[in-house]
Amino acid sequence: MNDLVLVRKNLFRKKLRAALMLVSMLVAFAIFGVLAAFQRSFNSGQDVAAADRLVVVNKINFTQPLPVAYFNRVRGIDGVRQVTHLNWFGGYYQDPRNFMLVFAVEPATYMDVYSDDIDVPPDAHDAFLRERTSALVGEAMARKWGWKVGDHIPISSSIFSQKSGTHTWDFTIAGIFKNRKPQIDTNFMVFQYDYFDETRSFTKDLIGWLALQTVSPADNDRVAKAIDQMFANSSYETSTDTEKAFNKAFAAQFGNIALMVELVVGAAFVTILMIVGNTMVMAVRERTREIAVLKTLGFSGRRIFGLVLGESVLLALLGGLPGLGIAVLVTLSISQSLSNFFPGMAVTPGIALAALALMVALGLATGFVPALNAYRLRIATALGRG
Amino acid sequence: MSDTTLVHLAELRKGFTKGKETITIFDGLELSIPGGDFVAVMGPSGSGKTTLLNLLGGIDRADSGEISIAGERIDGLSEAALSRWRAANIGFIFQFYNLMPMLTAAQNVELPLLLTKLRRKERHEHVEAALKIVNLADRARHYPREMSGGQQQRVAIARAIVSDPKLLLCDEPTGDLDRTTADEILGVLQILNRDLGKTIVMVTHDPAAAKYARRTLHLDKGHFVEKEMAA
Repeated sequence: MNDLVLVRKNLFRKKLRAALMLVSMLVAFAIFGVLAAFQRSFNSGQDVAAADRLVVVNKINFTQPLPVAYFNRVRGIDGVRQVTHLNWFGGYYQDPRNFMLVFAVEPATYMDVYSDDIDVPPDAHDAFLRERTSALVGEAMARKWGWKVGDHIPISSSIFSQKSGTHTWDFTIAGIFKNRKPQIDTNFMVFQYDYFDETRSFTKDLIGWLALQTVSPADNDRVAKAIDQMFANSSYETSTDTEKAFNKAFAAQFGNIALMVELVVGAAFVTILMIVGNTMVMAVRERTREIAVLKTLGFSGRRIFGLVLGESVLLALLGGLPGLGIAVLVTLSISQSLSNFFPGMAVTPGIALAALALMVALGLATGFVPALNAYRLRIATALGRG
Repeated sequence: MSDTTLVHLAELRKGFTKGKETITIFDGLELSIPGGDFVAVMGPSGSGKTTLLNLLGGIDRADSGEISIAGERIDGLSEAALSRWRAANIGFIFQFYNLMPMLTAAQNVELPLLLTKLRRKERHEHVEAALKIVNLADRARHYPREMSGGQQQRVAIARAIVSDPKLLLCDEPTGDLDRTTADEILGVLQILNRDLGKTIVMVTHDPAAAKYARRTLHLDKGHFVEKEMAA
């Protein structure tokens, strides 16, 4: 026997009570794990943003278009290394429920601006430039639908239609690209803007936004100001910001996710703190006489303090770790189906470590008061001898 | 019984405050117990028998005076030092056994050894030896709820002696037992005293129990009155 056995035996002496406390811990950490995975996915755009990339959008908001002519005008600004443009397609495959991330892009510049993020094989690179109806598909998307190079795929748009009235465009897969950074999700595809612009029935010669690379991040502010000044007082005024700020603003349109997660998790944890803390106080009070006996045998107040704290920390770990395990299973099972909205949703080692720290903190918080009571316990009084 | 004094109390004063009233329990108590003695302490309720055990065991503090056990003054020790001292020198036996219900007999007996530097195997050897002394080796894996009152008290005795303390303090050790079982327990205490040389101080209300001791002390108005030798 050792102190850990003593702690474990004390914790499970009333099995129903222990089970209920474990379940409450389990639920709290399952909620924490899933919500933290959602939050991480939501903010992942900020993490992958390159320091030297700027995004130019319509000043009204990013859903409003810009003229394609801005592409060449921005290219001429001093400090701009490369510019590309993108257009949201609103794509789906076969059924509107199969929503997909699809962008119409200027192919050569797109592959240049994002060359640090995606790895396009040389033959795919050339084929994408050569074939007007070709598309580059991310590895995750290709795997999801079982596509391979050379496949003909009909992709529909929930926004745009062709002049013929159809909402579907046919593409040939020129290549499948991989990510160069693990945090970049490849569940998207791009195709040639020219093909899109010539065939669509409205908003001709308009694009969604520009993405550009500066010569150095030190040029970012100057370049951004120069672009916005260039288009000031025009019909399409611009707002230029870093990619990180753009991604953050994009995420913020759905509300303050971080605050929501913190509030939900905070409410769950405060409730558990009160329930488990109160239960621990009662459990230790029931053992007043036994604690006095341990002290009589020579167990010091400090050691008793440690035993009670150990009990609450063990409870938090035994409940919290399976809860985190459930969060991992839940995120694994839904990450595929939600990959379009929440790419890369997963319980990362960082989230697991944060959860572990929370478990220990919660264990210490719930055990502190009963441990202090046990520490202060006077033997003679507790044994009814005083 | 050795000639060396194991327990020495001098000018011991102890009182309790109850509301606005101060109740004096001991007012200059003196006592000497030689090593190897077996002393029964009797007296009317409220005479301070249990308070005396608490003071001897270092679980309560005197207002003033000197308490020496085996030549060591314990009245000035800190709480932490007293805990260490109790673990090494004192074995307690209570009226209601006070075993841990979630631990087996062997684990209960092992508890004081967790405070020592003994290795697991050595601890098990000590536990086995202690349980053999109280004739409970075959009950090592039983939980308290699976044992009779007498057996539980024998486990408590094994727990008290497992770390080989100098002094055993027994508070009404047979108060919860029938006569036959009480005689068995007292027989075990007598063996511990006579064969193993343990010094025992036993508080009891039971004159039949007191007869197992070498001598009986009566507490009366905060002072001892020595009576006849027993056995």
